Amino acid sequence: MDWEHFTPWASLAGGVAIGIAASMLVLLNGRIAGASGIIGGLLRPVRGDIAWRVMFIAGLFVAPTFYQLVKQAPVPTIDATHAVVALAGLLVGVGTRYGSGCTSGHGVCGLARLSPRSLVATLAFMIAGFATVFVVRHLIR
Amino acid sequence: MYPLASFAAGLVFGLGLIVSGMADPSKVLGFLDLAGKWDPSLAFVMIGAIGVSVVAFRLAGKRAAPVLGGPFHLPTATQFDRRLVLGSLVFGVGWGLAGFCPAPAIVVYGAGYFKAVVFVAAMVAGMGIYEIAERLRG
Repeated sequence: MDWEHFTPWASLAGGVAIGIAASMLVLLNGRIAGASGIIGGLLRPVRGDIAWRVMFIAGLFVAPTFYQLVKQAPVPTIDATHAVVALAGLLVGVGTRYGSGCTSGHGVCGLARLSPRSLVATLAFMIAGFATVFVVRHLIR
Repeated sequence: MYPLASFAAGLVFGLGLIVSGMADPSKVLGFLDLAGKWDPSLAFVMIGAIGVSVVAFRLAGKRAAPVLGGPFHLPTATQFDRRLVLGSLVFGVGWGLAGFCPAPAIVVYGAGYFKAVVFVAAMVAGMGIYEIAERLRG
């Protein structure tokens, strides 16, 4: 266990904020807060279905700027090389569209809706994530 | 109001990602590294997020329409197909390679980190490949 980096309270608080955001989007707009679906929908534009997507993404995009108004934003550590990051992005793009969702759509909203499909998807991407990190960190190196 | 509410939801979502640690790929990989020095923090993100939204989805289920009007757009598929499982597995491999999933990547892009720009560009390209493949399939 990595007790040094363990942040149960901050992570729980951030999770509650994510839950509030997903609640706002479904109760106010009637939409699922699934990032890959919201982004992917813009590649298949439908009249009247564009603005809310762009605005949700804009909200995500400016979040660090808003955070910075109150407090110094934490610095993310991205260890993967540019080539690996690009490959990862490609896999995430293709995979989330074929799988109809990502961590937010399946992992948060889908599980909260008690969707069996989302449970299967979440188990699949978690297992693949665990396995990939195991291979990269413990087998290849 | 409709797009404004969506903006507010995106903003709160993004702030939650930053506070929770999800917007830090090394933190995400620390969670996915079961065999290493495991950091279980992100399980708490899921607990918090699901705990709140499970109530909202129950409330939504009792309403005829969303507060700002229009119909609810909720998923209707129920079958487990190969696309769901294989797609999610491919996503998980990509997630484990860099520690980015879609929403945090947009947030880190917004914070100005070049690798997140690369990730988002590749992700959108991947989504484009899916769209083209779907159209070719008919």
